[in-house]
Amino acid sequence: MREFAYTRATDVDTAVALVADNPGARYLGGGTNLVDLMKLGVERPELLVDVTGLPLDEVVDDGGTLRVGALVRNSDLAAHPLVRARYPALSQAVLAGASGQLRNVATTGGNLLQRTRCLYFTDPAKPCNKRRPGSGCPAIRGEHHNLAILGASAHCVATHPSDLAVALAALDARVLVHDLAGPREVPLDDFYRPVDDRPDLELTVPDGALVTGVALPPLPMAAGSRYRKVRERASYAFAVASVAAALDVAGGRVRDVRIALGAVASRPWRARVAERTLAGEPATEAAFAAAAEAELDAARPLRDNAYKVPLVRDLVVGVLRDMAGGPP
Amino acid sequence: MPQLSSTVRLVVNGTAYDLEVDNRTTLLDALRERLNLTGAKKGCDHGQCGACTVLLDGRRVDSCLLFAVAVDGRSVTTVEGLAPGDELHPMQAAFLAHDAFQCGYCTPGQICSAIGVLDEAAAGWPSAVSDGTAVLDEDEIRERMSGNLCRCGAYPQIVAAVAEVWRG
Repeated sequence: MREFAYTRATDVDTAVALVADNPGARYLGGGTNLVDLMKLGVERPELLVDVTGLPLDEVVDDGGTLRVGALVRNSDLAAHPLVRARYPALSQAVLAGASGQLRNVATTGGNLLQRTRCLYFTDPAKPCNKRRPGSGCPAIRGEHHNLAILGASAHCVATHPSDLAVALAALDARVLVHDLAGPREVPLDDFYRPVDDRPDLELTVPDGALVTGVALPPLPMAAGSRYRKVRERASYAFAVASVAAALDVAGGRVRDVRIALGAVASRPWRARVAERTLAGEPATEAAFAAAAEAELDAARPLRDNAYKVPLVRDLVVGVLRDMAGGPP
Repeated sequence: MPQLSSTVRLVVNGTAYDLEVDNRTTLLDALRERLNLTGAKKGCDHGQCGACTVLLDGRRVDSCLLFAVAVDGRSVTTVEGLAPGDELHPMQAAFLAHDAFQCGYCTPGQICSAIGVLDEAAAGWPSAVSDGTAVLDEDEIRERMSGNLCRCGAYPQIVAAVAEVWRG
């Protein structure tokens, strides 16, 4: 591991000034991804600015909007009574990821910023356009069975590994960021850049921007929201596909719906085509399937991950059907 | 010249230690290499196996993924600090009674993790297999302990040991 200097941030403005001016600086939160990437040689910061002492570790009800500090640990987020009551999909998503030890350390903000687990990205000996722009993408013809089917490009087929962010995408969350210009809020759906020809550029906010929290707007139907994840072992594994959804049915018809997909794209994938297709339709399995298929029209599977297309379809149908049928 | 090392205070098993550490030193390496507390094990060194699990301010964590400098001033309990004197912690006794290990390499991490699990369950924390109101049955213990691998495959005995301590 490369040697690095370490400093503790005492306030947000100072932290942002330190990191924004230094391309070799990184914020250190829980570190469960960053420390690992430093061990692997993928990240080689010369300065770590530890932000864990900043007062960003509370969950606050702000007139119906739930504001979650960036430093709220995954365990505390998943166990929080207001999260469990209003946004159960978020609690379920957090609990579906990582291990108890990791959730005790990993933060809400860090979760959004974690990097892909694509094998080529995590191995500095391999080419990777995300890690070394222009070096190529061996995954497209190589090991890609758990990589993207939606929104990828000829330059990168990596997936975003988060569960938490998928729930946030479905719940219309906003990301609170602080850069040199000050604080602002970005819809989670606009927080991640499309892949195109620069997969190394992952975010729409400037380098050195600090994520200070997320805001969950009031969404009454989210009280029945759900998260379902498929993985290759029963626990402690990244998704091969996941879905977060909320559904409002009145008189047998879909009045409103939110759907986001995980492990299918470089970002949490808000399934807006499916949502539009379903609006006003009967809340039937056939309509759910048609909506999922409409979204998946855009899927461009690779040699070894075409299995994800029917898997995602069935996941979406299953979760919507369960929600339409009331509590299990 | 940037400062590449730091002075940290770690309170380990109730004793305070002041150490000068290279900033790259993980909590695990500080415990093992500097304080000679070799109970916590280095298995994968990437947070995937749980052999390095210790309690940090009472919460179970993977000590391989924390820089020592980042836990300056905090309290750490390792497997060596669970038992006052010669009397075993109930979880240690249960692991012995149930033969919950073969080679023993993962055992210190399993025991620290299991103690964390019991505290989390008592606090009503939910898990992926329940809403948090359930008792710690086999499904719960297996889910909550999934961050600790045992390559000898002593899982049935580990589950039995944890369940026994939970029942009290």
